[in-house]
Amino acid sequence: MSTALATLHALAGAALFVLGLYALLVRADLLRRIMAINVAGAGVFLVLVAVAYRGGEAPPDPVPHAMVLTGIVVAVCGTAVALVLAGRVAAAEEETSGGEGSAVAEDGEGR
Amino acid sequence: MSGALLAAFDAVLVGLLLWLAWRALSSPEVFAGIVAFIAFGLCMALAWVRLRAPDIALAEAAVGSGITGALLLAAWDRISRPPNARGGGRHEPPAGAE
Amino acid sequence: MSRRQAPSEPPLRRAAAAALATAIAVALGWAVLSLPPESAGLVQEAFAELERSGAANPVTAVLLNYRAYDTLLEVAVLLLAAIATWSMARADEPDRGIARGAVLRGLARLLAPLLIFVAGYFLWLGSARPGGAFQAGAVLGGAGVLVLLAYGRRRVLPPPALARLALASGLAVFLAAGAAAMAAGGRFLEGRGELAAVAILVVETAAVVSIGVTLAALYLGGRPPAGGAAAASHAGERGG
Repeated sequence: MSTALATLHALAGAALFVLGLYALLVRADLLRRIMAINVAGAGVFLVLVAVAYRGGEAPPDPVPHAMVLTGIVVAVCGTAVALVLAGRVAAAEEETSGGEGSAVAEDGEGR
Repeated sequence: MSGALLAAFDAVLVGLLLWLAWRALSSPEVFAGIVAFIAFGLCMALAWVRLRAPDIALAEAAVGSGITGALLLAAWDRISRPPNARGGGRHEPPAGAE
Repeated sequence: MSRRQAPSEPPLRRAAAAALATAIAVALGWAVLSLPPESAGLVQEAFAELERSGAANPVTAVLLNYRAYDTLLEVAVLLLAAIATWSMARADEPDRGIARGAVLRGLARLLAPLLIFVAGYFLWLGSARPGGAFQAGAVLGGAGVLVLLAYGRRRVLPPPALARLALASGLAVFLAAGAAAMAAGGRFLEGRGELAAVAILVVETAAVVSIGVTLAALYLGGRPPAGGAAAASHAGERGG
């Protein structure tokens, strides 16, 4: 690590990754798990950018920056698809557990 | 700003990041967790600025915090209050909804 | 959510997860602390070719020239996510009784044009200063989310054909730029010469519109009905 700042952020990134991983393994509800994956991803990005840091004067390495930018966009895409899937899972569970009325009508409208 | 002040700022920022992430993942209410997650995204944007990555800071504030937060809130709304189960008007989510 | 949640995880599973997490934490911490103080990376190469790359902002040069293929695939992933979400859900939910007051509408009226302006600013600025296509597209997506929130999806849905065109245009223009590079005698997506800056700007412009519409489409959470806003309003009254 080039400086103490970078080391601090890299360690924080590792801690965030482990936090997200633990929450992913332990929490039962889907929204929390999706948030846990996002938190773990943020930790990974922190480590990447901390490695690219070169101190207060020298410009940082732009290649990890570009990778993290791509990673952020891909992460939001994955989150969006995962949330739609979570909505479908919840709707299916409402159906099978006999929710009042039905959250999902016969022909799939309403969802 | 002097070096010691910046170091203190960095320490507080990192502590805030870790605490917000922990709150996002372990608060008893999902809504509080999502709000903590949005705040976490904004603090991440600050961390990117400290690491001299302003492009990433812009993208994180808009996409990582804003769009992801909006997606999470919309999904929470759909999941915790299914559309045809109740009439119109606001309802509190069921207590303990996770 | 219904009370169907699984009972809280059994303690054995929690302990196993905690043990795994601790082991990974120790390994990661050790790996981070034992990294060399200065990794060479590709800084020298990146900055050496910066003048010829068509952008003065090194991150933009990396995104749209050195590693343009990654960015092409990223735009494709955005389109894929829109296709996936739209094919799994519909956006004709009735209004949920959400209070859409004058404050929210006024805020949207005030902010949306400003956000579009800021997006254009980031796009133009991205070649020399921090900014660029993704930041601009993200701001534009935020404007879309704001308008959807303030006015309700029943009233602001564009005609689906137009929406689909906007979703696909980013990838299409990117592919066309790559093919144009081949037609000009180079390789696919090779950004070299005076046309590199022009190509970057053209691709970024199309990408900004596409990214903004994609993010708003992801927030919409489902495909709009075939008739556009009118049909959504009708369905809302029926189902609401």
